[in-house]
Amino acid sequence: MVQERGPDTVDINVNMGPQHPSTHGVFRMVLTIDGERVIDVEPHIGYMHRGAEKLSENMDYRAAIGYQDRTDYLAQFLTEQAYCMAVEKLLELEVPERSEYIRVILCELNRVTSHLMFLGAFGIDLGYFGTSFTYGFRERERLQDIFEEVTGERMMYGYFRPGGLAWDVPDNFVQMIRDVLPHTRQGLKDLDMLMTQNEIVAARTKGIGAMNLEDSINWGLSGPMLRAAGSDWDLRKDKPYSIYDRFDYDIPVGSHGDVFDRYLVRLEEAYQSLRIVEQALDQLPDGPIMPEKMPRRLRGPDAEVYAAVEGPRGEYGIYIVSKGGDKAYRLKIRAPSFCNLAALRDMTVGNYVADAVAILGSIDIVLCDVDR
Amino acid sequence: MLALTYDVGNIWLDALLGLLAVVALMTLSTFMLIWLERKISARIQMRLGPMRVGPYGLLQTIADAVKLMGKEDLRPKTADRWVFELAPFAVFVPTFAAFVAIPFTRDWAVAFLDLGLFYVVAATGLSFVGFLMAGWASDNKYALLGGMRAAAQLISYEVPMVVTLVAVAMIAGSLNLSEIVLFQNRVPLFVWQPLGFFIFIVAALAELERQPFDIPTAESEVVGGPFIEYSGIRWSMFFLASYTGLMIYSLLGALVFLGGWEWPLGSAAGLWLQLILIFVKTSLFIAFFMWVRFALVRLRIDQLMSYCWKVLIPLAFLQVFLNGFVLVYGWPDGFLLLTSGAGLALAMYIIYRAVDTEPRKLRMVPARGGASSAQPATVDATGSE
Repeated sequence: MVQERGPDTVDINVNMGPQHPSTHGVFRMVLTIDGERVIDVEPHIGYMHRGAEKLSENMDYRAAIGYQDRTDYLAQFLTEQAYCMAVEKLLELEVPERSEYIRVILCELNRVTSHLMFLGAFGIDLGYFGTSFTYGFRERERLQDIFEEVTGERMMYGYFRPGGLAWDVPDNFVQMIRDVLPHTRQGLKDLDMLMTQNEIVAARTKGIGAMNLEDSINWGLSGPMLRAAGSDWDLRKDKPYSIYDRFDYDIPVGSHGDVFDRYLVRLEEAYQSLRIVEQALDQLPDGPIMPEKMPRRLRGPDAEVYAAVEGPRGEYGIYIVSKGGDKAYRLKIRAPSFCNLAALRDMTVGNYVADAVAILGSIDIVLCDVDR
Repeated sequence: MLALTYDVGNIWLDALLGLLAVVALMTLSTFMLIWLERKISARIQMRLGPMRVGPYGLLQTIADAVKLMGKEDLRPKTADRWVFELAPFAVFVPTFAAFVAIPFTRDWAVAFLDLGLFYVVAATGLSFVGFLMAGWASDNKYALLGGMRAAAQLISYEVPMVVTLVAVAMIAGSLNLSEIVLFQNRVPLFVWQPLGFFIFIVAALAELERQPFDIPTAESEVVGGPFIEYSGIRWSMFFLASYTGLMIYSLLGALVFLGGWEWPLGSAAGLWLQLILIFVKTSLFIAFFMWVRFALVRLRIDQLMSYCWKVLIPLAFLQVFLNGFVLVYGWPDGFLLLTSGAGLALAMYIIYRAVDTEPRKLRMVPARGGASSAQPATVDATGSE
């Protein structure tokens, strides 16, 4: 659509994506621009649709775990956690202490890797020639090694099971993490030093893509996007699941709701996750990792359950409708990336093309999570 | 040893020899610069950089060049054929032409021009035409955006660059690069003209399209901008031109502001010492440009333009006025140093005021167990880490 404006100027449509370095996957947005100003954005999603929900409905409850990793592939443990929590709620399974602790440790470390990935990629969106990325990935790699050691996989872990874990962690689990934590802290500090005080980063991010609290709530934003706008809503605090009520930590809350606050909130959240991990490591008990009486086949009652975790991108929820049998009748994923992405247009219109990239980066979408 | 100025007698032979010398120098320095940039970036980013081809990857660039030459020279079907194919030359030739007039030592240059400074600036200023041609002819919206950005940026930053160099020429009393260098045999000009030096560096960064001014080719926005549709040898010509540009501006900075081959040894320096001096000073500039590239993020186009027109150009004219006063009334040089230094401080202050550098504090809401969800969210302004 080329729209005539006056005798000489026309708006042009720029088709950003699906192949574009800063759309974080195969996301396509059609920008209508007037010079360098964005006057309309039309997001196109669905390139990554794999039917994760439908596929999960055709598997029994254990087999479907594998599909959960593949939705939010930067926060795999958290997706597994949400799914397992839903199934446990459905089947009324009691998860042993030790498993809960290990889950929390892995989930929080996973949150850190996800935020590290965000910090690196966000720097590239703003124009770093890879510097922020390598710094972020240096630390991410150390944590990834731990995950690999524990689960045997680097990306699609498939480690949580309804009721507990697939197997116990290696003996040096605690020591391994304790060794890595100072490095992670240092790495976060390095990124902090690289970006937070930088005048150009400030000029590029402060006041850009701001969304106030009311709009944020109306758009259904969650996670760091919402907290940057001034709400302290965090499922770990407000609807405590698992064993999050046993740890001391702070929820960072911004006030401007702009790109810079989102960045800052994520950075601080990573520090807080490390605090949780340290406490969990101190308290990690011995014991079994699965309940005593686990049924060989998981058969659900006639019921509906919803379980949600606070993912690095926001509320990641799994809604299961069961009509009996060993499969879900309907499985719905509440994907935080999808909900947060909905606000893209409101934030972007009126800004510059360069800001559109920064704003999209600040939403921190995972396309597999958006399209499912 | 091949001196770059000679008098073989035949004007055509002279020109041919000079041409060969320039092409050899350009190509070699570009190969070295690309290798250096990869190594420096690797250092900054905790990588090794090229290691496989040759010792420390020294031959990697040559391997890449061979690969690029073997690539198919693609042209989009809807591209404007002649404009598209000529654009790399329109970028390459001005840079190449500028190289001719740059002296390396007291008596090494392809051509000593009386208007050398003027010529170099004029020649390099032409290259935006090529970017615009490439952007327009590619029939690609990213390329168009990038080409327009390049035109706006290069033309804008040409102004402060020229005005600063005018200020230098006023003080030195000549446009001949050799004489400007000779003028600095006691004290280099960056001492007397800190403001001009600063503006020169910023404008050079913008002219070279390096971070934080790589807006025309922004990888994460317009995906390479004007070069997006180019491949193979044409693409590498843009690349060659950009690294030659780096070399030219570094040499120019070394000659005009750092005293070239004269400072600090004066006429005592022999040929080798002169070469070493100019090499070290040019390397300082190159290292600075490369360091900045991997340490900063990109500005936005409107910030870039307002920074140029509202800050750099007025300050550049301020420098010219100051020099004018000193020349007309014969005030001591110390005055120049003081006022120009004050101007530099002013430039820094403007940047400081323009950017919201106020550190932001996050509100930290403590979460402690189920109890915290019952109690109202308490505000504990501990601030971020």
